[in-house]
Amino acid sequence: MAAQSDSHQSNTFAEAASTLVNELRATFVSGETRNYKWRVSQLKQLYKIAENHEPEIIDALLADVGKPPLETVAYEIAMLKNSCKTAIKELKHWMTPEKVRTSLTTFPASAEIVSEPLGVVLVISAWNYPFLLSLDPVIGAIAAGNAVVLKPSEIAPATSALLAKLVGEYMDNSSIRVVEGAVDETSALLQQKWDKIFYTGSPCFSPLVFFYCNGRVGRIVMAAAAKHLTPVVLELGGKSPVVVDSNSNINLQVTTRRIIAGKWGCNNGQACISPDYIITTKDYAPKLVDALKTELESFYGKNPLESKDLSRIVNSNHFARLTKLLDDDKVSGKIVHGGEKDETKLRISPTILLDVPRDSLIMSEEIFGPLLPIITVDRIEESFEVINSGPKPLAAYIFTNNKNLKEQFVKTISAGGLVINDTTIHLAVHTLPFGGVGDSGVGAYHGKFSFDAFSHKKAVLYRSFFGDASIRYPPYTKTKFRLMKALMTGSIVGIIRAIFGKS
Amino acid sequence: MLLVDTVVENNNNKNQHIDPRMNNIGMEVEETVRELRQYFKTGKTKSVAWRKNQLQALLNLVHENEDAISKALYQDLGKHPVEAYRDEIGGVEKSAQSSLNSVEKWMAPKKSSMPLLFFPAKGELLPEPLGVVLIFSSWNFPIVLALDPIIGAISAGNVVLIKPSEQAPACSSFLANTLPRYLDSNAVKVVEGGGDVCEKLLLHKFDKIFFTGSPRVASIVMTSAARNLTPVTLELGGKCPAIFDHLSNPSDFKMAVKRIVGAKWGICSGQACIGIDYVLVEEKYSSELIELLKKFVRRFYGDNMVESKVLSRIVNKQHFQRLCNLLKDPLVAASIVHGGSVDEANLFIEPTILLDPPLDAEIMTEEIFGPFLPVITVNKIQESIEFINSKPKPLAIYAFTKDETFKRKIVSETSSGSVIFNDTLVQFLCDTLPFGGVGQSGIGRYHGKFSFDTFSHEKAVMHRYLCLEIEPRYPPWNKFKLEFIRLAYRFNYFGLALHMLGLRKQN
Repeated sequence: MAAQSDSHQSNTFAEAASTLVNELRATFVSGETRNYKWRVSQLKQLYKIAENHEPEIIDALLADVGKPPLETVAYEIAMLKNSCKTAIKELKHWMTPEKVRTSLTTFPASAEIVSEPLGVVLVISAWNYPFLLSLDPVIGAIAAGNAVVLKPSEIAPATSALLAKLVGEYMDNSSIRVVEGAVDETSALLQQKWDKIFYTGSPCFSPLVFFYCNGRVGRIVMAAAAKHLTPVVLELGGKSPVVVDSNSNINLQVTTRRIIAGKWGCNNGQACISPDYIITTKDYAPKLVDALKTELESFYGKNPLESKDLSRIVNSNHFARLTKLLDDDKVSGKIVHGGEKDETKLRISPTILLDVPRDSLIMSEEIFGPLLPIITVDRIEESFEVINSGPKPLAAYIFTNNKNLKEQFVKTISAGGLVINDTTIHLAVHTLPFGGVGDSGVGAYHGKFSFDAFSHKKAVLYRSFFGDASIRYPPYTKTKFRLMKALMTGSIVGIIRAIFGKS
Repeated sequence: MLLVDTVVENNNNKNQHIDPRMNNIGMEVEETVRELRQYFKTGKTKSVAWRKNQLQALLNLVHENEDAISKALYQDLGKHPVEAYRDEIGGVEKSAQSSLNSVEKWMAPKKSSMPLLFFPAKGELLPEPLGVVLIFSSWNFPIVLALDPIIGAISAGNVVLIKPSEQAPACSSFLANTLPRYLDSNAVKVVEGGGDVCEKLLLHKFDKIFFTGSPRVASIVMTSAARNLTPVTLELGGKCPAIFDHLSNPSDFKMAVKRIVGAKWGICSGQACIGIDYVLVEEKYSSELIELLKKFVRRFYGDNMVESKVLSRIVNKQHFQRLCNLLKDPLVAASIVHGGSVDEANLFIEPTILLDPPLDAEIMTEEIFGPFLPVITVNKIQESIEFINSKPKPLAIYAFTKDETFKRKIVSETSSGSVIFNDTLVQFLCDTLPFGGVGQSGIGRYHGKFSFDTFSHEKAVMHRYLCLEIEPRYPPWNKFKLEFIRLAYRFNYFGLALHMLGLRKQN
């Protein structure tokens, strides 16, 4: 009976999803979403959501992850508004077809690349930045003229409900919708045919087996997309390293502050681009730890478990997962700072571990929380091998004044993005593409890259009836052959020679 | 292309009991992938010298083996040498030469502007190779569709494993024998084989898979790629329509028909992903169009087509059978207005024109991929947009018209990989244009710089310095810092200055 009602329920979800897609497809086909006016008006509405509902958004994030209001304003609301403004300002420019030159082979002709919307797109977002990561991709989708379904994460239920409400009130619901729900609803959505799926994943964990599976959902999404040949953007994560060079007189205070701002100041480490671990030299590590301690105290006080400036751990599953990382025998005695926990409040204080072995649990999965292990090496150059021995991370950071080391780092480290002498701020620069490579993701967005991610670049070639060469057509002769060779390589001399029968 | 499907399918059945030979193939493949990855790690393929060297070597390969290539193409497909040069050898030469000229420029990092807020900062986009890439090429253009992606992959500094189509065996073995002699054989490897080998290949982790073929196999490839989060480029096909508007000038009319004939039968006898699949024309002009089509078919291919050897043959028995079956439907057979004769011994099918075959017949629901040209009549040529939109998105739309409004309508109201006005096929040679499909016709694009991009990861690099510091970035948070961040995000520098000086009113 239970199985029957389950299958009945999943049928209902599938039907609802299919009806939804059909409705949106009908709107898309009508051409409404393609025109510039519609796109701009919707972007402005989206901006209004951020502008008019700051207190509600702050409250929702406080409820979902205990996010400090300033972090919400700075990293979610302000960032989204910025992204909206950039899109509104640049849209005309982005939409203009790009003229390209044509070669001699196809002369006379004119050619352009036209950006056209893909159709009906699905955005599946994450719980850690539930507001920004839901609406930022939607900006790209709207700017490019698509109809969108947004599925916010059920792990941030307050934000999900708020998004459903606000999108319902502010946006054109014939083409922009929110579907709330968990696994069943998502599976039903994934069975539909979309023209693009944009997925942002945060690591997911099965509460029963503590099975680490970053990118597992990404794989499911891509496999589902493959059925309909739907292109995907997968924004995943990874272990983003920070290399701290001791030999180049770096300003240690600034360095540690920037590391802390990127680690604990970003949703208490629950961010895909947060520093995951530090690599530094053996002799320098104690100094670095001391500096981190000092700055941590100045930021979060003597009792960080009580600090209002730190997010909490999202839920008890994740709390248990992080606890398990600390309980691993291989890291026992390695905690040099923090380690305090409050299970009832889901809080873990900023924790630093020194000299953890590379085969420990904490070094084999993305941490996604307030624990920061430090790996030590003899020579700083060895850090590159450490990084390259793992999967490609979403971001990699280095603090150094050594020009050679910077160059080496840029050359040898493959990651979605690299930042030298700072952490996480590349996210706020819309002229840089944001996205991973290898295990950290497929595709990129932000600014124009968002527009491109949701556009098809159509090649359009205009020819006239003038200037056709008979050499294109059979019956084929030797002269035709020679002329064709010259034409293909675009050699004027060759063309002339062929015409005059010399070759 | 379509036949790869059957091979994969057969193989699925076959693999239910374990074949020891397959184990060997599996081990061989594993070893090859391991070696390639090892070689990529040495970093040798990243240098500009290596890339240029390889591109030059590829050029040499093509120059020195023109006859061998022509011969192989003739063996596999009965391709005429001129067609072989125009569609394959020439294309590779052009592509390799232009990559050789431009690769250094493509490799250079692009500067990105930085907001003043982050001053001093510097941003750049740095293309880097993805790693080990897998290329599946197809049988209809077995040389260019194998070598053109390789050009992109090595320009971008990757190592390559290529599996040529087993349905063009002469070309496949040519590539397997010749590529290692010219290119760095540590970095470019060829695996020959059919569906069984494909399957073994897809078990491994690659950093990119570039596939040319049919949507059905593409879906299998992408599903396998998903296991390792491998990005894919899928070059597929679709039913590419030609819209034939009335052209009042007789010479334009003639030229358009000539171009249609060239694009239907002149490239591998219609076995091409960008070939014309069907023509849309207003009813009142259809007979005029058909007469002219017939005339040019005769002029180009002569009366004895099998003997003239200008037309390619059908690649193999299965495809021959598939095409013959398309005509078996009596309503379809009745719609033939020209041609229709087949010669099984020579795997030859005559250029065939059909007028208004039933729209629900397979010939109008599936990609034809052969020498049949249905002419579909509409009342008003504008209706063709609706007709095209009722089908999956094609790789190309061709339109012969001088009506500028209609042109704009076609570009904005239809969706396809590319749109070409008043000509056919030339988009393939225009490497400033991206070549690739959308929806059912594919994912991703290549040619020219787009090939380089397809095989590169564009890494965002941001340089900062440790001197200037903006204090309000850090907790403990307070109202002052909040206001600061608000202003900073708006890039309101004047407001920021006032705020820092305590001159701005708090709201």
